[in-house]
Amino acid sequence: MSADTAVRLPGMRAKNPVMTASGTFGYGMEFAPYGDLRRLGGIVVKGLSLKPRTGNAMPRIAETPCGMLNAIGLQNCGVEAFLRDKLPRLPFKDTPIIANLYACDADEFAELAGVLAAEEGVAALEVNISCPNVKAGGIAFGQDPAMAGKLTEAVKKRAGNKPVWVKLSPNVTDIVGIARAAVLGGADVLTCINTLTGMAVDIRSRKPRLANVIGGLSGPAIKPVALRCVWQVCQAVSAPVIGVGGVSSAEDVLEFILVGAHAVQIGTANFMRPDMAFRIAERLPQLMDELGIKDLDEYRGTLLAG
Amino acid sequence: MGISGACRDLTILSVTPAGPVGAQFGCYYLEMDNPGLDPAVAGQFVMVRPAAFGSDPVWPRPFSICRLTPDRLTLFIQACGRGTDILCRLAPGDPVTVWGPLGQGFALEPAVPTVMLAGGVGIAPFMEYAATHPAPGNLSLVFGHRQPLSCYPFAELSQLVRAEAFEEKTPDDLPRFISRLEKTVAEFAGGLILACGPRPLLLTVARLARRYGARAQVSLENRMACGVGGCLGCVEKNALGQYVQTCTEGPVFWVDELSLSEDA
Ligand SMILES: Cc1cc2nc3c(=O)[nH]c(=O)nc-3n(C[C@H](O)[C@H](O)[C@H](O)COP(=O)(O)OP(=O)(O)OC[C@H]3O[C@@H](n4cnc5c(N)ncnc54)[C@H](O)[C@@H]3O)c2cc1C
Ligand SMILES: Cc1cc2nc3c(=O)[nH]c(=O)nc-3n(C[C@H](O)[C@H](O)[C@H](O)COP(=O)(O)O)c2cc1C
Ligand code: FES
Repeated sequence: MSADTAVRLPGMRAKNPVMTASGTFGYGMEFAPYGDLRRLGGIVVKGLSLKPRTGNAMPRIAETPCGMLNAIGLQNCGVEAFLRDKLPRLPFKDTPIIANLYACDADEFAELAGVLAAEEGVAALEVNISCPNVKAGGIAFGQDPAMAGKLTEAVKKRAGNKPVWVKLSPNVTDIVGIARAAVLGGADVLTCINTLTGMAVDIRSRKPRLANVIGGLSGPAIKPVALRCVWQVCQAVSAPVIGVGGVSSAEDVLEFILVGAHAVQIGTANFMRPDMAFRIAERLPQLMDELGIKDLDEYRGTLLAG
Repeated sequence: MGISGACRDLTILSVTPAGPVGAQFGCYYLEMDNPGLDPAVAGQFVMVRPAAFGSDPVWPRPFSICRLTPDRLTLFIQACGRGTDILCRLAPGDPVTVWGPLGQGFALEPAVPTVMLAGGVGIAPFMEYAATHPAPGNLSLVFGHRQPLSCYPFAELSQLVRAEAFEEKTPDDLPRFISRLEKTVAEFAGGLILACGPRPLLLTVARLARRYGARAQVSLENRMACGVGGCLGCVEKNALGQYVQTCTEGPVFWVDELSLSEDA
């Protein structure tokens, strides 16, 4: 096997571009029985807030064609419990562990960033300005360029030497405008995309399938949207982009690299089988060999368009 | 020695209808080879994804372990939707990925008189429970069903334990079944009560157990996406008002650990 899967990102090196997406891989250890966590390019943990959050009422998930809706509502144990109980068990010396941040305003985001910046085991901070399932902030943060810039700046100021990733929402008319604002605010990396807002209903009971009525759509169904967003953002900004949305095979990984992504995150596909991310990471170098791709830098962004 | 939880790529050995199969209804036994799954506690479950799912349906499906022996894994599945229809139409040799045993199973107190309250396909985990119980003489089964009794492993269970079936044919039968349950809960108030079946049955058992101060466990069938604690989609409210994952902390809970409500 000769292909080189390594990826350089601001402030870190990943042994491969296969990372796991926030909210789909627990706090990491849940998936340790299914593969060696050190084989992954990175692990983005469940969205963290300053204080624990209970999350939304049930039902919180609904299956849709080639995808699913979720309205978890950012249930999490809080940053303190994460740092005390979860992080020490993760192989942070071998695999970058990325914290995903959620807060209700700029001050809270800054405080949360400050707490995480002090942690040796945290490789980067991913700022979630795109959650469709919370009342305060969430997606609204990621729909207004001024707000996106302001929140990124607030996190960046307190992030010390940790790279700041900003996770963008596809639920906007112009994702490039938000991407530019985040980069101006100091984003080192952009993560594209979070879920698309959606609904599912039951014609017999006349009830929505989610207690929250609206949720976020994810899974293979959204891959074309994610590819489009990554492509547009890569055309417009020079910051590295991480592609997320429907990745469920090594072929999908290369599709995102082809349109310009540095790396990808596996989300809903982790639910299809819990060893999915490990299998994709293992398969990728074989596929690259088959296609004659020596390293990802050579292949990245080489789409023959127009 | 099995690897706890690891994904196994298995092949179907057989798919057998359990009894009469109609256009609207069918229960099947799915048998797979067992290349070293960890031993299970009755009430634990596995996640199942046949290759035939492709990328749709996206989620694997959870099923109670109906029987796990050193060379066989048997599931008892009611075809009731897209995923179960695909599963029940698999043929010998078809590939299927399975991971488990997952979650927490039923309490085992061999010396304590124990009653299993099952509704419909909720009978599945009690096959394993009865087959592995060291003192089946202390076990009873009360089984509520709507389809013919021959659709369920009732005859097999009756050979192992004291068993009684109750058919629900008309809506009027429901209150009678509930009073039958009440009598049982009262009788086993000093023993151990285990329930598995549709949510209304579990809510009734929880309510009755509280009324009679009985020790009771229920096995929840909340919708699951991952089955391994990764998504937070399967939660149930505990007695403290916090949401706990039914896939890792359940599916079996003591009723007083939970504050059960109608919706799930
Ligand atoms: C721990 C556990 C153990 C289980 N054990 C068994 C078993 O031994 N045998 C068995 O036949 N079934 C069992 N089930 C239920 C089984 O998982 C569902 O019937 C199956 O997932 C339905 O899939 P489907 O694609 O056929 O139905 P779908 O097309 O997804 O849905 C059909 C109908 O069932 C509802 N539904 C879907 N999933 C669930 C669910 N998890 N709980 C309640 N309602 C649901 C849908 O809303 C819909 O009304 C178990 C469930 C759990 C959580
Ligand atoms: C159940 C679930 C929970 C999620 N939780 C979070 C979260 O806490 N923070 C976040 O930034 N994104 C969250 N997401 C979004 C994913 O990280 C990802 O961006 C999205 O699902 C698209 O990728 P996919 O199609 O591969 O799943 C969640 C997604 C799902 C399905
Ligand atoms: S099913 Fe995903 S956490 Fe329980």
